[in-house]
Amino acid sequence: MGSNIFGGKRDAWLLVLVMLVAVLVFALITSEFRLNNFAITLVSGLFQGMLLFLVASGLSLVFGLMDILNFAQGAYFMVGAYLAYDLQHATGVFNITEAVPDPNIRFIVGVIVAILVGAFLGWVLERWLLRPLYDRPLFQLVLTFGVSIIMLEGIRNIWNTTPYSWTEVFGIREAQFTLFGQDFSMYRLFVIGVGVLLIIGIALLLRRTRLGIVVRAGVEDPEMVSALGINVRVVFTLVFTLGCAVAAFGGAIAAPFLGATISLGATFLIQSIAVIVLGGLGSYEGTAVGSIIVGLALATMQQFSIQVSIPVLATITPMLLLVLVLMVRPQGLFGEAR
Amino acid sequence: MTTNTDKLLDVRDIHTFIGQFHILEGVSVSVPRGAITVLLGRNGAGKTTTLRSIMGLNQVTQGDITYMNDSLVGKSAHKIAQMGIGYVPEHRAIFKELSVRENLQIAARQKGDLENNLDFVFELFPDLKRLIDLPGGNLSGGQQQMLAIARALVPDNSLLLIDEPSEGLAPIIIQELISAIRTLAANKTVLLVEQNFRVATLLADYFVIIDDGHSVASGNMSDLHKEHELVQRYLGVA
Repeated sequence: MGSNIFGGKRDAWLLVLVMLVAVLVFALITSEFRLNNFAITLVSGLFQGMLLFLVASGLSLVFGLMDILNFAQGAYFMVGAYLAYDLQHATGVFNITEAVPDPNIRFIVGVIVAILVGAFLGWVLERWLLRPLYDRPLFQLVLTFGVSIIMLEGIRNIWNTTPYSWTEVFGIREAQFTLFGQDFSMYRLFVIGVGVLLIIGIALLLRRTRLGIVVRAGVEDPEMVSALGINVRVVFTLVFTLGCAVAAFGGAIAAPFLGATISLGATFLIQSIAVIVLGGLGSYEGTAVGSIIVGLALATMQQFSIQVSIPVLATITPMLLLVLVLMVRPQGLFGEAR
Repeated sequence: MTTNTDKLLDVRDIHTFIGQFHILEGVSVSVPRGAITVLLGRNGAGKTTTLRSIMGLNQVTQGDITYMNDSLVGKSAHKIAQMGIGYVPEHRAIFKELSVRENLQIAARQKGDLENNLDFVFELFPDLKRLIDLPGGNLSGGQQQMLAIARALVPDNSLLLIDEPSEGLAPIIIQELISAIRTLAANKTVLLVEQNFRVATLLADYFVIIDDGHSVASGNMSDLHKEHELVQRYLGVA
């Protein structure tokens, strides 16, 4: 017998429930049982969880299907953030404020451009750089790491290292909503809503479409999918491109709150790796659930670390959670024992 | 012997490496149209690698494989499958997370493939009908084998490559499979790998014996019984 105390899927959901209850109870304690403080933690946790999902979903699907851990995934998130920031502000390198004076439309333009650039760069990486290295997993790992450094240096070259804070006012960012007597920017609700919609949308894509069936089968056995007459490489390219586009989209919608900084990519990459391992490598539901748990735990620990004046507590939270989960379930929450 | 025009598949002196190991060192197999041909040989002789080489899953470095007069060498597995070759691998390789229905759906190559062939599949394997919404991983070994064969029957394949269908199955299930393979062979050509000599005898019209990466004998299955020395030497059957 190994150290795997929790075995089946039902046990995985039980563990998820236990973790969620534990995090929420701890959040209540750190909020000193004040509902408005608890609401801040809850909304902030879900907000961070959804952003994490946007990076981690692509990372997880690509790993499940192609056995590639794409170290450049965080860089795509960062590219999305810089593009959205740049196209919104008059100080941007690509100043479109005169051509598009309405900031709401500029925001939409920024998001669309981020998605398109993310998809294009993702396609280039998979089709032209990774494909020749399919049989060399270690080389692929080094390559994606190299590409992330190139993208980082590219960003430094275009936008320099100054952190940019979002200053432009636009509709949804300024609107407010109230939860437990606490006011929040409607934009947080927008990001949470978009995240939930994407979780459902990708789940439907995987469950209800032929492409989804092919991707799920490919995660199990790409060789057999190919032997059934399906060009798996096209599916690889499609999923990889989609994963990068979603990460860039995540960066673009995160930018109004988080701004655009050089450290954004690395921070989200590390947290996302914790999410996909904790959720179970290659498991979509594991990634979705893992993102929410890590997001809520991060927000709780951010609050707690301020109270106890130990800022590092929040930084190490994703890895601490990962270690805890792997101790009781080495394959992650929804992963298969290999 | 079969004439050249009868051959649906012709494997000529192929060599295949897996990594640095030279696994096939000259295998030739003729598969006559409309018949069941069985590859016989001891464990590790190269039977599975022969099927994988035909399917494009292992790269052939020398020799040629022609199917309906088209060369398969150098083609990728998905292109070979699209030419009408169905593959039922060793250990079934059904998708455990997908339902039985999805396992069948994914095999459809054209609109209408599943609808057109589902009745035949259920006629052959009635159990699959009641299991249609269960995940593949919940099926027993015999049911998984049925699903793996059924999956190869969804598109209109002319040739089926079936690797060790009876492996690890109970005698009663093997009997069902023998009957199913006989039925489907009425309008398909089958190239079979089978370790169980009794099953091979019941099913096959022709045989090819592979030993240590070489094809060493071939002929009509009905004549193999007379070749006691051949059977004992290469198959270890008394």
